[in-house]
Amino acid sequence: MKTLLSAVLAAGLLSTMPLANAQQDAVTPAPTQPEAGAAAPAAPAGEAVAPDAAGGHGGEAEEHHTVHYPLKHPASLDWSFAGMFGHWDVAQLQRGLKVYKEVCSACHSMNLVAMRSLGALGYSEEQVKAFAAEYTVQDGPNGDGEMFERKAIPSDHFPAPYPNPEAAAAANNGAAPPDLSLIAKGRAVERGFPTFIFDIFTQYAESGPDYVHGLLTGYGQEPAADVVIQPGTYYNPYFISGPALAMPPPLSADQVTYDDGTQQTVDQYARDVSAFLMWAAEPHLVERKQTGLIVILFLAVFAGMLYIVKRRVWDGIAH
Amino acid sequence: MAGHSSYVPSNGFTRWIDARLPLPRLVYDSFVAYPVPRNLNYAYTFGGILALFLAVQILTGVVLAMHYAAATGLAFQSVEAIMRDVNWGWLLRYMHANGASFFFIAVYLHMFRNFYYGSYKAPREVLYILGVIIFLLMMATAFMGYVLPWGQMSFWGATVITGFFTAFPIIGDPIQQLLLGGFAVDNATLNRFFSLHYLLPFMIAGVVILHVWALHVVGQTNPTGVEVKSPRDTVPFTPQATVKDGFAMVVFLFVFAWFVFYIPNFLGHPDNYTPANALKTPAHIVPEWYFLPFYAMLRAITFNIGPIDSKLGGVLVMFGSIIVLFFLPWLDTSRVRSTAFRPIYKIFYWILVADCILLGWLGSRPAEGIYPTLSLIGTIYYFAHWLIVLPVVGLIETPRKLPNSIAEAVLGPDRGLGTGTGHGAAPTGAVTAPQVKG
Amino acid sequence: MSANETLEPTRRDFLYIATGAVAAVGAASVAWPFIDQMNPDAATLALAEIEVDVSQVAVGQSITAKWRGKPIFIRQRTPEEIEAAKTVSLDELKDPVARNANLGADAPATDENRSAKGKEAWLVMVGVCTHLGCIPLGQSGDYNGWFCPCHGSTYDTSGRIRSGPAPENMAIPAFEFISDTTVRIG
Repeated sequence: MKTLLSAVLAAGLLSTMPLANAQQDAVTPAPTQPEAGAAAPAAPAGEAVAPDAAGGHGGEAEEHHTVHYPLKHPASLDWSFAGMFGHWDVAQLQRGLKVYKEVCSACHSMNLVAMRSLGALGYSEEQVKAFAAEYTVQDGPNGDGEMFERKAIPSDHFPAPYPNPEAAAAANNGAAPPDLSLIAKGRAVERGFPTFIFDIFTQYAESGPDYVHGLLTGYGQEPAADVVIQPGTYYNPYFISGPALAMPPPLSADQVTYDDGTQQTVDQYARDVSAFLMWAAEPHLVERKQTGLIVILFLAVFAGMLYIVKRRVWDGIAH
Repeated sequence: MAGHSSYVPSNGFTRWIDARLPLPRLVYDSFVAYPVPRNLNYAYTFGGILALFLAVQILTGVVLAMHYAAATGLAFQSVEAIMRDVNWGWLLRYMHANGASFFFIAVYLHMFRNFYYGSYKAPREVLYILGVIIFLLMMATAFMGYVLPWGQMSFWGATVITGFFTAFPIIGDPIQQLLLGGFAVDNATLNRFFSLHYLLPFMIAGVVILHVWALHVVGQTNPTGVEVKSPRDTVPFTPQATVKDGFAMVVFLFVFAWFVFYIPNFLGHPDNYTPANALKTPAHIVPEWYFLPFYAMLRAITFNIGPIDSKLGGVLVMFGSIIVLFFLPWLDTSRVRSTAFRPIYKIFYWILVADCILLGWLGSRPAEGIYPTLSLIGTIYYFAHWLIVLPVVGLIETPRKLPNSIAEAVLGPDRGLGTGTGHGAAPTGAVTAPQVKG
Repeated sequence: MSANETLEPTRRDFLYIATGAVAAVGAASVAWPFIDQMNPDAATLALAEIEVDVSQVAVGQSITAKWRGKPIFIRQRTPEEIEAAKTVSLDELKDPVARNANLGADAPATDENRSAKGKEAWLVMVGVCTHLGCIPLGQSGDYNGWFCPCHGSTYDTSGRIRSGPAPENMAIPAFEFISDTTVRIG
């Protein structure tokens, strides 16, 4: 009974804790934006219309009406690496690598990922070596003081498509394509209250790949009448920082050939490359969860034993 | 208790040591024979948990520093090399990052336990003030640590927080330049933050020693707020308190492990996985969750107060929210220590808890719509609670009747020595009822 | 202290011992990541094995490759140098063991055991003086092999110590010619 207070204290503080995750409220509460709808991530459907800039719905005129992005929440997909027993779908990662290599890598670097780590995708040492040898990298200087090109080796990182961010921006109308090494951890759509509290217990940590998948499959929709699309940008309601982005729709059906008979659709490509990018961002994810299971079980048993010891030590001592 | 030692060296060697460096005696007196009130509940276990987490942070921090490079061009990559290439680096870094959050969870629970049971009141003022100093050092350490990965939130958080100082007229800009070692957050800033981030935990450890020392001079409070009067009121630290603290630690570690291994980025911010870019601010700059209530108070002041402009006003309010804590022992006018016996103050106490949670939530919101107004209301209550409610309620309130002693509270007025048959879960007598309601 | 009598202080039942053992196992397990993090990381290990292109190394020339932080001398020796190395009898050598990681620890220090297998012109060795770790100079010294400027150790054209304070022949790393022009070291 005396523990009740501490429990309440704990509960109170605990509920403040996850607020850190909050960054931007796409599910804006009623006072500012009565018409923005889709709260549940499982229901990102079309009824979450773009906020009405005229703002007449609630009867009160919204003077400084801030539109929150993304306009639509991405769907929560089933990922093999989600949850306590998460594991990589190696075939999926291999397909994702293929999509990255044949599509994304034309513009997007992946500077932090070394090709030697591709062994985790089920490739042999020889295959990794052959994969690396398809790239050339600059090395040097040699004895004459000249930089030279050589075939990449596994210890090299993925070569970047542009020599520097300025060149990347110049080649893409001023918008440098972001590096993809950490994109699956560097983008997350806010989950909103109370979902983010449930996320602690469900171990939801896949907002990154969900976002990437949502973005890659979110093109081609009809924008609401009041949404202004800047020239040279493409409407995508799943984009996290605006109604439209500079990247044209990158994927189309049958663009990348799959050898394992997996269907060659945009949705499938997006799933595969999102999974691959999750691996690229967190290569030790599965190892982490496997270690975690042992640690959690150990601590549970240890806590149980300590509790019994504690009961015994306090036996007969009223407190 | 304090003053006499019951330590008896058991063999020749310990006698030899005891005559030269009585460290075993110190440990024995402090952590074995040390008497603690028998009625401590689990809210009193966070001190031990905090000691554990200070150790976790120092240990993981020292090994992370073996791989980290404090230079703007290398910091981000070196952290990613820790995550990818260093053996167990992912574990060490996630432990360190989440360890900071759990350190703060524990310290907030520890602080609110202290507020509830009036632990700050005489004769524990120094003990309490040392605690507030530890809290300040923790905040400085955490802030500088968050800068080290050199992501977008690192950079812009550092920019915003060092910008506080520019609010002060005349001396503000020179102070900011002094702190930054330049005109903006840059390599010099990163280097000194790394140096200080390594230094401050050891200063915390030093103040913790003083904190524990002071605790062992004045003794612990307890849920009744009645001082220990006789040995019947206490149990020895070991094994009773040790085992209880140990159990609480393991339960806390379980939650910690849940975060570290399954949702390690839950308490972090995605933008910190983007390298720092001095030319592009993220859409929303949000501090780590444990600073959110203070951040909300900073942003609540959107208007000038007489000669004080809103920027300086916000900074003063934010610093003031912590400064005010130093004065609690003298602001509290109640004769009774424990809120459990204060029916009116208890209501205000829970309003304060709710207010802090509300402020934390508001700190995470964009500054638009109704949020700044709510923040202002929350800020006003926060200060009113300490400056008005605490002194006034103490004067007008009639507290409930206190038990004569801890033993009486636990065993009931008619019961004898501490050989009661009831288990802890079923304390007897009406006098214990108030704690339950808390 | 009051209630302590109700316990049996001498009791060491199974539960206490088991709990203590679990705690010890936990502490030991936690210690391991803190120790193992000091071992070479994945990026370092990836460079523990390198491939060197030796197509540009003509007879009488050598290159220095960097392997595991140390210089590797790769030399295509002239016939005279080979001859000079071969004519030395083992009795004259200060260190009679080949010090070749590709051979057994007791292989004699013949030139055949020092040079590349099946390619006797090629000498691949760790260019570190076995005395105190300086890097010897090539094609110098009394034996026209290597001469360490630090303390005057001289090595012959097979990299064997001949005079001076160094105790051992220069080490031959594990290596293999995977083609006529590429040698894999490590």
